[in-house]
Amino acid sequence: MTEERIKVEEVSYAYEEGAAPVVKHVSMDVRPGEFVAVLGHNGSGKSTLAKLMNALFVPTEGRVYIRGMDTADDERLWDIRREAGMIFQNPDNQIVATVVREDVAFGLENLGVPHEEMLGRIEQALRTVGMSAYAESAPHNLSGGQKQRVAIAGILAMRPSCLIADEATAMLDPSGRAEVLQTVRSLCREEGISVVWITHFMEEAALADRVIVISDGEIALQGTPREVFPQVERMRELHLDVPRMTALAARLRAAGMPLSDRILTVEEMTEEVKAALCPSN
Amino acid sequence: MSIELRHLTHVYAEGSAFRSVALEDINLTIRDGDFLALVGHTGCGKSTLVQHLNGLLTPSSGQVLVDGEDLAGEGVNRRALRMKIGLVFQYPEYQLFEETVAKDIAFGPKNLGLKAEEVDARVRAAMAQVHLDWQKYAERSPFELSGGQMRRVAIAGVLAMQPEVLVLDEPTAGLDPHGRDRILGIIEELHRQGTTVVMVSHSMEDVARLATRVAVLSHGKLLAEGTPREIFSRQEMMTEAGLAVPEAARLCASLRAAGIDLPADLYTEDELYDSLLKRWKEAGR
Repeated sequence: MTEERIKVEEVSYAYEEGAAPVVKHVSMDVRPGEFVAVLGHNGSGKSTLAKLMNALFVPTEGRVYIRGMDTADDERLWDIRREAGMIFQNPDNQIVATVVREDVAFGLENLGVPHEEMLGRIEQALRTVGMSAYAESAPHNLSGGQKQRVAIAGILAMRPSCLIADEATAMLDPSGRAEVLQTVRSLCREEGISVVWITHFMEEAALADRVIVISDGEIALQGTPREVFPQVERMRELHLDVPRMTALAARLRAAGMPLSDRILTVEEMTEEVKAALCPSN
Repeated sequence: MSIELRHLTHVYAEGSAFRSVALEDINLTIRDGDFLALVGHTGCGKSTLVQHLNGLLTPSSGQVLVDGEDLAGEGVNRRALRMKIGLVFQYPEYQLFEETVAKDIAFGPKNLGLKAEEVDARVRAAMAQVHLDWQKYAERSPFELSGGQMRRVAIAGVLAMQPEVLVLDEPTAGLDPHGRDRILGIIEELHRQGTTVVMVSHSMEDVARLATRVAVLSHGKLLAEGTPREIFSRQEMMTEAGLAVPEAARLCASLRAAGIDLPADLYTEDELYDSLLKRWKEAGR
């Protein structure tokens, strides 16, 4: 068994035989407990890449391994999907039951988990995402952020080692986004779950351990947020933004203020501006 | 054209166990030429309010006046009033259905009973407004286009009705930064050319960039209303409403708390850039 939770080896993927590939020669690994953000403009191939990690798609060329299991191996399909759970953009498309507890149970029932164990797993999953109080609620009465947390609980109940999220916060309001992001980050830190987080929000990517930028199906840039985001011009060429504070710091630096190119957040910006304007303290 | 909400209250499922008050005593005026941003947490009543703006819903109590005429009033030409107010729903591209882009955009004007030439002229004009080249896209299937382009087709379909007020429910949701900038650029241009705009948004950055006024809804009530500068300097109120303020406004507050002398109400990156550079030069370094 390999150390990597997810291993993508020289993967290419085309939707039809002979068609132009939408993912081209991509190689990447995700380690246990790692939070990897994947960025890219619409149509860059990042959603296709996500689906390759969950065996929804099988590579045209190359291999994807989830905990050492080859996604091309049909016999391991359900093990792979249990190990690598996936959540999508629209909270309303992911809820299947009329009661939260039953929705979380859905995947487990399909796995044939014994009833007693199932109850325990559901409780634990709901507790982890902070939704225990809503176990008996009707999902349609929940906010978008709460629905996404229920969807995550449904995945957690399967005891996965990886979570793949394809723009899971795109349809949420700011507090819903913060809720979901906080939940997922604690899954990485406290449960050691590996997360692949596809997003258009640069402020979310700034919190990741690693950022991978996809353009035209290829990896265009990768590194820690502090390595990737200072490349303001390169990111713009790739039709992406950088975090707002990084962009403002770059402008002020160009005008002569001594600010570093490592600023990502309001807090870091405050520190450096303060140091620049009042060097005595 | 102006829209005035007077003591607007909307109750869903009145008289049943599921009764819920979606809007409570809302007083708000949208004036000609405004760019009003409507912000609030999920479930705050924004979408209900939007549906009242062109009479898709009837108030439980209170009134919606369009140029002084009550939308629910007796003998009012509701259809004529409605046509002046174009509504672009969330993810409007899901509503595309025709074989070609031109046909999809023509659907509304055609139903007005306009002549073929007039319909064609409107399609061309609307495509130009959303920056879709007629030569290149008119005969394409809308379903072969990118997400951002599909959304522009959907907006063109509303513009082809030549509305005086354009109401957009989260027009940039789900788009990448480039697609978002294109849509915002189009909306900005329409506003500059005289269209009154009401935009529902979760993105305070988009609001800061475009809106002339902001209305904050929380639990069905109008919590505050004012210029972006007034609204974004009230960080605590916004947090209570489950919202954020733009990062630039957050930086302004954070720098002031750190003892740096700045005006209290900065909320755009350009303003911060200018003020900080000025401080830096004053410090003589």
